[in-house]
Amino acid sequence: MRNILTVGLTTILGAGILWASGAADQQERTHGYGLGRPATDQEVQAWNIDVAPTGEGLPAGQGTAKQGAALFAARCATCHGPTGQEGPMDRLVGGAGTLASQQPIKTIGSYWPYATTLYDYVHRAMPFPAPQSLSPDEIYSVVAWLLYRNGIIAEDTVLDARSLPGISMPNRRGFFPDPRPDVPKP
Amino acid sequence: MTKRLQEGGSSGGNGRPDAESESLLNRRSLLAGTAGLVSAMIMGPIRPSAGATTTVSPEDPTLVPGAAPTAYGQRSAFEKAVRLPRSWWASLTPVQDLHGILTPSSLHFERHHNGVPTIQPAHHRLLVHGMVDQPWTFTLDDLKRFPAVSRLAFIECSGNSAIEWREPTGQTAQQTHGLTSTSEWTGVALKTLLREVGIHPEASWMLAEGSDAAAMTRSLPLASILEEAILCYAQNGEPLRPEQGYPLRLLIPGWEGNTCIKWLRRLKLGRAPFMTREETSQYTDLMPDGTARQFTMVMEAKSVITSPSGGQHIQPGFLDIRGLAWSGRGRIALVEVSMDGGRSWQQAALQEPVMPKCHTRFHLPWRWNGEDMILQSRCLDDTGYRQPDRATLVAVRGVNSVYHYNAIQSWHIGADGQVSNVHA
Repeated sequence: MRNILTVGLTTILGAGILWASGAADQQERTHGYGLGRPATDQEVQAWNIDVAPTGEGLPAGQGTAKQGAALFAARCATCHGPTGQEGPMDRLVGGAGTLASQQPIKTIGSYWPYATTLYDYVHRAMPFPAPQSLSPDEIYSVVAWLLYRNGIIAEDTVLDARSLPGISMPNRRGFFPDPRPDVPKP
Repeated sequence: MTKRLQEGGSSGGNGRPDAESESLLNRRSLLAGTAGLVSAMIMGPIRPSAGATTTVSPEDPTLVPGAAPTAYGQRSAFEKAVRLPRSWWASLTPVQDLHGILTPSSLHFERHHNGVPTIQPAHHRLLVHGMVDQPWTFTLDDLKRFPAVSRLAFIECSGNSAIEWREPTGQTAQQTHGLTSTSEWTGVALKTLLREVGIHPEASWMLAEGSDAAAMTRSLPLASILEEAILCYAQNGEPLRPEQGYPLRLLIPGWEGNTCIKWLRRLKLGRAPFMTREETSQYTDLMPDGTARQFTMVMEAKSVITSPSGGQHIQPGFLDIRGLAWSGRGRIALVEVSMDGGRSWQQAALQEPVMPKCHTRFHLPWRWNGEDMILQSRCLDDTGYRQPDRATLVAVRGVNSVYHYNAIQSWHIGADGQVSNVHA
């Protein structure tokens, strides 16, 4: 799906980045403005937090749903409810089969296409009052609990950098490149 | 109203006529006394004592020296247009109270995902890495030394008018259409910066990341943003406002506001979309069959009549119908106005300047005869895209999309002159 999307968008939106390569541009690079400086490895490591669907970016560590249950209750339930369904903020659990209904419930289980995104987002933005405060083990654990509660993995499944990218999300094939303009002309 | 203009603004907000009259009378007696006059001459604007906060204008401003210069200007105490907070995460531009096409920076709508960060510009860095010749770091001073580019462009949240998908929920134009604003944006062109760093030929997607408490990220297809994207440090001539991304934000003219990452700290070049939470679970449009459209970037042509608009009360007689139109694909070519719920249309005049991917002001002189009616506007951009009516839009997308609602807006004008938001 990702490859189809990439090819589709590249075709639709047009190629236009050939300037980035070639001798002329190398020369311009060499004779550029001379502004900025090379980033250090430490600088890159400190900010390079994104996690790709391939699993690239996932750190060492591991966790299970059993370990995540207490963490969710302590750090997440205030906003998302004791079972991840009550809110008041985003519902995280349930909603299977509702996307084509009048009242779609978009949750991790019903809507999110990649389990890796869950790791990425919990790490960068959660818990809401203290983002980036959870350790890799804690993040793997709470991700495991959420996937378990959505019926996607077993309670004793160990999540780590190797197993997480392999998880098949129910709505993985639910997304398509946007075809706009889509409304017929009058 | 005449008396109020001569004697000064209300002291702020209780709105009770009796209290206001009493307050004005007190000020009149203060002005009449010798002590009051001396005080006025020394201090310039007379500051009412005990609790009042607004500056009081004299009855005749030609008789009293005016105020001294101030270090950072403020609008007149008599002007009251304000953003409307929708919740902790957004506030809306008062489109019905503005003129021309530029939105004052202080009234530009806000949208953030975990508050507005406080960032010291001297400490801010932009990291460019991934599929590049070498990871590179820029300070804000570095970025300001590059040749600057500047353009006017609107930014519209893709959730603008989202409350209108199912029912006519908004009451005013600010509530229905307040998540769009236009500014002059200044900074360094993305292509200039990427040339400086040098990127791999296969790099086709770019992750942009903010330094807010959501570490907001979006994946952007490089080929389609390269010509127009700007890394902005200025808005309307001065540094960005904190809520607009100070000290650095991305601008992609015509694309949904969320792609214009604020508090920008990192660009990472890659081969494929990074599939962040924002472009998977959030800014995707759910269709009636349960599938979702992804990477819906362009904000399509849209217009709204701002005067008269919801919540206003009009009198029979002359009225200049005014509104805004814009298109993320290009320039507004035509705006038409209907006074009979879409059965017939009249061409409105476009007020210069008319610029691509910018708010465009339109107007149509009119005389209201006091009849009950439905007032609408629709626009056409220079790609031939016409703003759809509601029924046509909903027939294609259903009502679960959440984002990208750009249907024709309908204002009902009752025989009593009251204007309200309806679906026609």
